[in-house]
Formats: sequence, C-alpha cells, structure tokens
Amino acid sequence: MSAPYLLEVCGLEVAYGGIRAVQGVDLAVASGEIVALIGANGAGKTTTLKALSGLLPPKSGSLRYEGADVTGKPAYHLVRKGLSLVPEGRGVFPRLTVAENLAMGAYIRNDRHEIRRDFDRVYALFARLAERREQLAGTLSGGEQQMLAIGRAMMSRPKLLLLDEPSMGLAPLMVQKIFETVRAIAAEGVTLLLVEQNAKLALETCSRGYVMESGRVVLADSAAALLASPQVRRAYLGE
Amino acid sequence: MEIFTQQLINGLVLGSIYALVALGYTMVYGILGLINFAHGDITMVGALVALTVVQALAAAGVPAPLVLVLAGGCAILVCSLLGLSIERVAYRPLRRAPRLAPLITAIGISILLQYTAALIWGKQYIALPKLLEPAAIDIAGAQLTTLQLAIFVLACGIMALLLWFIKASRMGRAMRATEQNPDVAGLMGVNVDTVIAFTFVVGSAIGAVAGLMVVLYYGIGHYFMGFMLGLKAFTAAVLGGIGNVGGAVLGGLLLGVIESMASGYIGDLTGGVLGSNYRDIFAFLVLVLVLVVKPSGLLGQSGGDRA
Ligand SMILES: Nc1ncnc2c1ncn2[C@@H]1O[C@H](COP(=O)(O)OP(=O)(O)OP(=O)(O)O)[C@@H](O)[C@H]1O
Ligand SMILES: [Mg+2]
Repeated sequence: MSAPYLLEVCGLEVAYGGIRAVQGVDLAVASGEIVALIGANGAGKTTTLKALSGLLPPKSGSLRYEGADVTGKPAYHLVRKGLSLVPEGRGVFPRLTVAENLAMGAYIRNDRHEIRRDFDRVYALFARLAERREQLAGTLSGGEQQMLAIGRAMMSRPKLLLLDEPSMGLAPLMVQKIFETVRAIAAEGVTLLLVEQNAKLALETCSRGYVMESGRVVLADSAAALLASPQVRRAYLGE
Repeated sequence: MEIFTQQLINGLVLGSIYALVALGYTMVYGILGLINFAHGDITMVGALVALTVVQALAAAGVPAPLVLVLAGGCAILVCSLLGLSIERVAYRPLRRAPRLAPLITAIGISILLQYTAALIWGKQYIALPKLLEPAAIDIAGAQLTTLQLAIFVLACGIMALLLWFIKASRMGRAMRATEQNPDVAGLMGVNVDTVIAFTFVVGSAIGAVAGLMVVLYYGIGHYFMGFMLGLKAFTAAVLGGIGNVGGAVLGGLLLGVIESMASGYIGDLTGGVLGSNYRDIFAFLVLVLVLVVKPSGLLGQSGGDRA
C-alpha cells in the first residue's frame, strides 16, 4: 500500500533551550505537489524545515516520510532517502570550488556515470556556474551561490526538496530566474516544499500553502484561496 | 658555510618531524576548532610503544627492517585506537559545550597520558638498543646520515599523500566540507561523527610515525617527551596558520630550520654566553612573534568566511 502523503508532520514542536520556536505544526505534502510555507520573520519556518531535514531534533510530534516514521533521524540519513534541504542563506562551502560543492551534493551516490550526467544537467541549467566551475564558492555573487545551492541539492537526486527562502536578498531578475528553476525542478517530478518571504510569488508558483505565525500554522488552503484571502492579503501581500 | 649547510640539513630533518606532528594539531583544529593538547602525548605513546617493540625484537635477533616495520605498525595501531577513544570519550560529549570545556579536557587528557605512560614505562629515560648503523653522505662538507635521509623522505611522502588525499579523495572533500560547515555537510549525507573520528585516527597514526622517528633520531624516549615535541609542533601549526594543512607542513619545516640555525649560531651571536642548549627558546620566540605580528599564520585565512 502506498502512503497518501510523501511527508506527514504531526504536532511538531521544536525548541531552542527555553525558546519554543515551533509549537505544534501539522502539515502534509503529497508526492508531486509544490507546497508553500509562508509567514512573517521569526514565525518558525526555518526551524520547521531544519526539523524536517533532521538538523534539529523535534521536542515532540512525529515525522513520517514515505510512510515510515523518521522522527529524530539525522540529516545524513534522510538525504539518503531522497529528502534534501537547500538551507536559508544558501550554505555553500565557501572554500570549495563550484565543482567540489556539486560533488558534495552527490556524496551519497556511487553511480559515476550518472553523476557526470547530472553535473552536465546542472551546468546546462545554470550557465553561470559552468563558467565558474573552478572558482571558490565563497567568491560567487549571492544569486550564483543560490544557483549553486539548488544545483548541489539536485545532485543528490531528491524526491522531496525543501527550499528555505531561495529568493532572499536577490535582485528581481535573479528572483525570476530562481523561480523559473524551481518550476523546472517541479516539472521533473520533484516534490517541493517552499518557504518564502515573497508570499505572492510563492503562492503563484505553488498549488497549496500553509501560513505560519508564532510557531503555529494558522491557515492552510489552496494557493488560489490563500491569495484571495483578506487575511493573507493584508499581512503578506501588503494590501 | 659548513655550519650553515649542516644546520640546514638538521633543521629540515627535524622540521619534517615537527610537520608530521603539527598536522595532527591542525587537522583537529580545522574540524573542531579545538587545540588537542593531548596530541603531543599521543606521539609520546607512539614513541614508547615503538621503543618497546624494538627492545623486544632486537634482543630476539629479528632483522632491523622488519623490526622497524613492526614497531611502526604497533605504534600506529595503538595511537589510532587511542585517538579514536579520546575523541569518543572526552571530546564528543563536549562538542556543543563552550570552547573552554574541551580545551581543559584536552589538558587533562594530556596529563593522564603522561602519568599513565610513567606508570607503564617508568620515569627514567629509555635507550634505544643498537639497531641501525646509518652511513654518512657528504654534502658540501656537511654530513647527511642515511637515517636522516630516510626520515625526511618518509615524512615528505606521508605529507604528500595526506595533502593529495584531502585534496582529491571523496573522504578528503567531506573533511573539508565538514570543516567549513558541519550542518550542511550533514545535509549532503556526510556522517560528521565519522569524519571527525577519522580525522583523529589519521592525525594520531601520523603522530605515531613521528614518535618512531624521534626515537630513532635521538635514540631515547621518555614519558614527558610529548610535552616539548607537542608545544613545538603546535608552534609550527600556528606559524603555518592553524587549521591549514599545507601551513602545518611549511610551519614545521620552517621551525625546524629556524631552531637549527639558531642553535648553530647562538654561541657566536652571544659571544659564548648562550650555548646551543638554549635552542628551545627559539620555538617560543617564534610562537610569540607570530601571535603578535600575524596571528592567522603564514597561510591561514584571516577569518571572515567561516560559516
Ligand atoms: N539558534 C537559535 N537559538 C535561539 N533561538 C532561535 C534560534 N534560531 C531561531 N530562533 C528563534 O526561533 C524563532 C523562529 O525562528 P525561525 O528562524 O524559524 O523563523 P523564520 O520563520 O525562518 O524567520 P525568517 O523569515 O526571518 O527567516 C525566532 O523567534 C527566533 O528568534
Ligand atoms: Mg527563516
């Protein structure tokens, strides 16, 4: 029997010492979906993604991935199962070259031949990276680093890709480019959970969305309904 | 001129040993931000294990090359296990503790190793039985013994291999990635605990070889020998830029040469007031100078992009 959802989160709570950053989040993502998670600064979006990807242990609640309980499993285990996070602030390895960063993305794989093809695919997707493959990642521009972070995550051939604010700090043109890429990745059949400050663009890209406030999910609906909701329009679309 | 050539030779040989030990400091610092003060003592354990094996086998009439291989092998085995256990028991539980905690623990482990060694081997100097009879090669009036040559070549070989491994292998890349951002390395599928344990094993194994070299070079071993050796290797690592593997090699060789030159000329320079037994002060002069003038060392990056 196949699970209805690729990822299921129930009652997730995460705390930093005494600070309860996530206080009971429920969400689910079905295979092939693109889902947005939006919310104001400090709402707990990054903390949620860190818990989902195994970087932070949940204080309580459960995580199910591909129908199996993965609560408390470390990140290096989850990425082998196809769950990959592009972290907030990109997290490229600054003193590795572009090519070495991409190779790290394929760390869990052994199929040399296929890895080489995936290098070519990433370079085809991002010509800027192809020109800079021997350059240290720390010397790339913000937009190039974001391309690298996404390309690197793709090198692990994820089934579920978690993206934490891929448009953060980028110029409008670069934001367009990143969102085009996100759509292209989704078109390849990768399931996406997208955290964004740019609520409008995120909801236009996704089919469903969740809205977080102070560590809780306060709204969950189709993207169209959220875009039309007065509450969302007021709080996140600046109306 | 002979003095110069001779001291250059001696300095490079000694420096190559410092460099091997410095690698252990610098690799652990790079990945954990920890100065593993016990590393000099791990080297001491390697030296004394090697000495014991040589004593046992040489008396039994085993041929010298075989004795050396076995002594080196035993030292590597013991030191690797020691490094692995120290990381697991003493440092891993403190990984998220304030920096001072693992540092004090490191000093504690250092003392523990010294006194355990004193219990096992005693506090007296242990002499190496006659094993090798190195021949001397004449170079521009100076002497290079075959033992010196062998130490230098082996040390350089190990360093080249390590540099290549870190640069080109999958594990080496994972080590560098972990050093730059352990969380993201985890996201890539790297088991950070394994990488850190591996780093301790490699550093300790290389320290074991350095210990064997010291024993062969000076012909004696002692439970406290790791202290001075460790301090000098640490100085070498800081000189080269702590955390930088190439820097440890450069710093080690440079420190060896500085020290040898200084001890060769100190009598002339001070009109005979200070003798070559004051050589040790130069290492620490170098340490103080580096810390004052360029704390990031010769090849160290001056911070900033550490994620
Ligand atoms: N390492 C930390 N230690 C302590 N508190 C933290 C830590 N990281 C985050 N927090 C707190 O947890 C709460 C949620 O933070 P989080 O980064 O998850 O928010 P976010 O929704 O991603 O915000 P943003 O849109 O600004 O990225 C905030 O109140 C923040 O101050
Ligand atoms: Mg965030």
